[in-house]
Amino acid sequence: MSKNKSEYLINRKDNQYEVVIGLEVHAQVTSDSKLFSTSSTKFGAEPNTQVSLVDAAFPGMLPVINEFCVKQAIKTGIGLNAKINKRSVFDRKNYFYADLPQGYQISQFKDPIVGEGKVILDMPEGQKEVGIERLHLEQDAGKSIHDIDPDNTLVDLNRSGVALMEIVSKPDLRSPDEVSAYIKKLRSIMRYLGTCDGNMQEGSLRADVNVSVRLKGSKDFGTRCEIKNVNSIKFMQSAIDYEANRQVDLIEEGKAIDQETRLFDTKKNETRSMRSKEDAHDYRYFPDPDLLPLEVSDEFIEKLKSDIPELPDDKKKRFINEFKLSPYEATILVSDIEIAKYFEQVVTKMGKNRDIKLAVNWITGELFALLNSKNLEISQSPISAKNLSILINLIKNGTISGKIAKTVFEHMIDGDQDPQKIVQEKGLKQQSDPKALEALIDKIINDNREKAIEYKNGKEKLFGFFVGQAMKASSGKANPQLINEILKKKL
Amino acid sequence: MTDITKQTLSELINNIKTKKISSEEVTKAFIDRSEKSKKLNTYITESFDRAIKKAKQFDQNPNFDLKLPGIPIAVKDLFCTKDVKTTAGSKILNNFIPTYESTVTQNIWNEGAILLGKLNCDEFAMGSSNETSYFGNVESPIDENLVPGGSSGGSASALAANLTPVTIGTDTGGSIRQPASFTGTVGLKPTYGSCSRYGIVAFASSLDQAGPMSQNVKDCAILNEVISSYDEKDSTSVDFKRGKYSVELSKNIKGKKIGIPKEYRVDGMPKEIEELWQKGINFAKDCGAEIIDISLPHTTYALPTYYIVAPAEASSNLARYDGVKYGFRSKGDNLIDMYEKTRSEGFGSEVQRRVMIGTYVLSSGYYDAYYLKAQKVRNLIKNDFDEAYKKVDAILTPSTPSSAFKIGEKKDDPVSMYLNDIFTVPVNLAGLPGISIPAGHDKKGYPLGLQIIGKAFDEQNILNIAYSMEEKINFKNKIADWWIK
Repeated sequence: MSKNKSEYLINRKDNQYEVVIGLEVHAQVTSDSKLFSTSSTKFGAEPNTQVSLVDAAFPGMLPVINEFCVKQAIKTGIGLNAKINKRSVFDRKNYFYADLPQGYQISQFKDPIVGEGKVILDMPEGQKEVGIERLHLEQDAGKSIHDIDPDNTLVDLNRSGVALMEIVSKPDLRSPDEVSAYIKKLRSIMRYLGTCDGNMQEGSLRADVNVSVRLKGSKDFGTRCEIKNVNSIKFMQSAIDYEANRQVDLIEEGKAIDQETRLFDTKKNETRSMRSKEDAHDYRYFPDPDLLPLEVSDEFIEKLKSDIPELPDDKKKRFINEFKLSPYEATILVSDIEIAKYFEQVVTKMGKNRDIKLAVNWITGELFALLNSKNLEISQSPISAKNLSILINLIKNGTISGKIAKTVFEHMIDGDQDPQKIVQEKGLKQQSDPKALEALIDKIINDNREKAIEYKNGKEKLFGFFVGQAMKASSGKANPQLINEILKKKL
Repeated sequence: MTDITKQTLSELINNIKTKKISSEEVTKAFIDRSEKSKKLNTYITESFDRAIKKAKQFDQNPNFDLKLPGIPIAVKDLFCTKDVKTTAGSKILNNFIPTYESTVTQNIWNEGAILLGKLNCDEFAMGSSNETSYFGNVESPIDENLVPGGSSGGSASALAANLTPVTIGTDTGGSIRQPASFTGTVGLKPTYGSCSRYGIVAFASSLDQAGPMSQNVKDCAILNEVISSYDEKDSTSVDFKRGKYSVELSKNIKGKKIGIPKEYRVDGMPKEIEELWQKGINFAKDCGAEIIDISLPHTTYALPTYYIVAPAEASSNLARYDGVKYGFRSKGDNLIDMYEKTRSEGFGSEVQRRVMIGTYVLSSGYYDAYYLKAQKVRNLIKNDFDEAYKKVDAILTPSTPSSAFKIGEKKDDPVSMYLNDIFTVPVNLAGLPGISIPAGHDKKGYPLGLQIIGKAFDEQNILNIAYSMEEKINFKNKIADWWIK
């Protein structure tokens, strides 16, 4: 048992409860076409414009597996350090709903394409391993729209048949923060692999959250509730918090927890019952007779393994070794593949005399602040890695000061301008000529004789006044280090 | 020249190719006879005007290199046909007009054939007498009030009555071979994976297979050659080397080993069937085949296995007929109410019975006892055949345990009806090819058929055996055109 402060425990009277969480993440496979048809998967198209006869389940239509989606699932399995099953089976999950045209969802039940694996989380108190139970491929359903027509429900089948990966974790998570870290890590891995864009707003990533509680130290699991279809990390955290407390309250009142499916109400910030175990669907799973078992060869898997890019955990290790980054800095830089790419581009373009520390500071400082304020992804950065690397080199070689660099940075935003050009045009080059600076300082001392005497008499804080005057007189361009040296000498 | 509609497919092809008759003449002849034969209720949808137009087009610009040049053909209404209503014999698809064509029918149009219309069948191919069709029962040309068999009953009746020169049906548990046997015609169920299922209204996906029905074995070979093709749109389609069945057709079956499975001597089998089988054995010997007694020990479990597997798949396959997207819809107070009313009113009682059986056997708590066990038995049945084929090249059995029965005779006794499939069902469960050829008559003068079962993808072999035996049997159908006033 860890004894760290960030442990998530619920206290009631003398009892301490811990929460046990398992996630079923539904990740949309990045693929131009659907799992069993050639329809487009593009987000945001007009309703029912991306629907084939297969997607709409017309009589006599048959599914044909999209090999690309199979590759994506296997790659994801490799990224999760998981066992790839050479033989997997597609099953039909039968239920009726208006946006489920076949009357069944093609999924994988007994024999998923990917078996057990693991994911490493970087928590403030150290690393934590979360087990993966399985990953399977399945079709998404369409969308029922209840709020356009007062009398009818409308159905949009654009999503019908889109490939999803359901990634099931073991019940290894113990706090909302771990859930957040887990989702972020999964998303990061899949984005590195290019197998899921992880866009939660567009529904590319959502999760069913299984929550139970137990007295701290207990080995037995409590009765769990499943919170269906939560589509943001924040909501997951709030839902878990609410649900765990609800369950603890029930136990404290001596009541039983019903195993049930619940919904998270994002407006009221609470979970509520959707259906009990007794009302649970009987999905009548059976192997889809329209599809043969999916068999992949060792060569097929090996070929995919050889295409796997460097993943976040390895990249982090390399950044620490190669660039002498702190684990904290490395974690931030590898968290998203686009950030890592940007960082590596900056580093490469800085050339031989590179100052990596400076680059890290500028990226995680000024650049992140800029992107945050404009609500942009790093891939949309108004400043290219190339120009940022030039700017950093200008600081490093003394052409401009860090302070001037911030002014230059502001100008660069407008059209990704070359910082050298800005420095030249705006005359921002640092004054580093000792003779010119000496003359400038002589004049300042002359103009402020009284203050110079006061300084000599021990009023040391006046040193700052002279630095300020020198910077002002040079319009901020004077090399602050030189100014310091000359002032010390002259005063 | 003999009456056009009495000509075999190969005769018609020859006569058209040699310009003795035009496609239009042929088409009109079959249409005329069809018009006079409405009493048989073989057609659900007639496409006569369109057929004549197409025939004229063919005659204006004929291509005699095609395998079915200008030949009019009516097909079972289970094949989706572009712009022509496709009902599967059900009210729930009463208004359904596909925008697409099944691969099998596309194959025949590609070879120059012309659609005459869509033929009646049991609803969703569930039945053995064509009495479950929403569009009424079909009568057999063999006798008044006689069933033609099912589910391809409209096809068998139309073929036997010379309303179409050949036809295609589908066979899930005997739906081609049993009606062929009842009407004195030839029907082949190809190996599972030989004909694409794309565009065929599904009944039980792991068993369904399209196949040719014809007056004789040669026509059967011609048609099978056209409809069998590898299709990427059907994941269960098999890419094997397909023979030129009609070209390689041979009567030489000397030395072929034909197995006689003792388990097919079922209790209560009529003496006539027993005698027919013996007659068949003698004919096979006459043709030079060697007869070998074999055992298919799990035969007795085939029927119960079939009546678990087929309804299970059907219950899921038919879920799409929910009133939401196409087909019949009943008004309901809410979604569930709409589903219930649509499906209670849209499906007939036999379909509902099978959907319920299928739902039951897949339910949690029953899955292992029924569906899973049935799958295991299915494997045992397959193994039986594998074992047998180590010793023999083909297997000879009766096609059905009895001749055709009267309309209404078994309607209220589903089990007795299901027993019709007892000899045909194991073939579907094992995915093998089987052909039924007419071999004699019972004392009422009704046709009886023999079934030849082959190894997987060995259609040529059973066609050859059938071709050879056909000559020796020299069967003549006794049809008196009783329905034409």
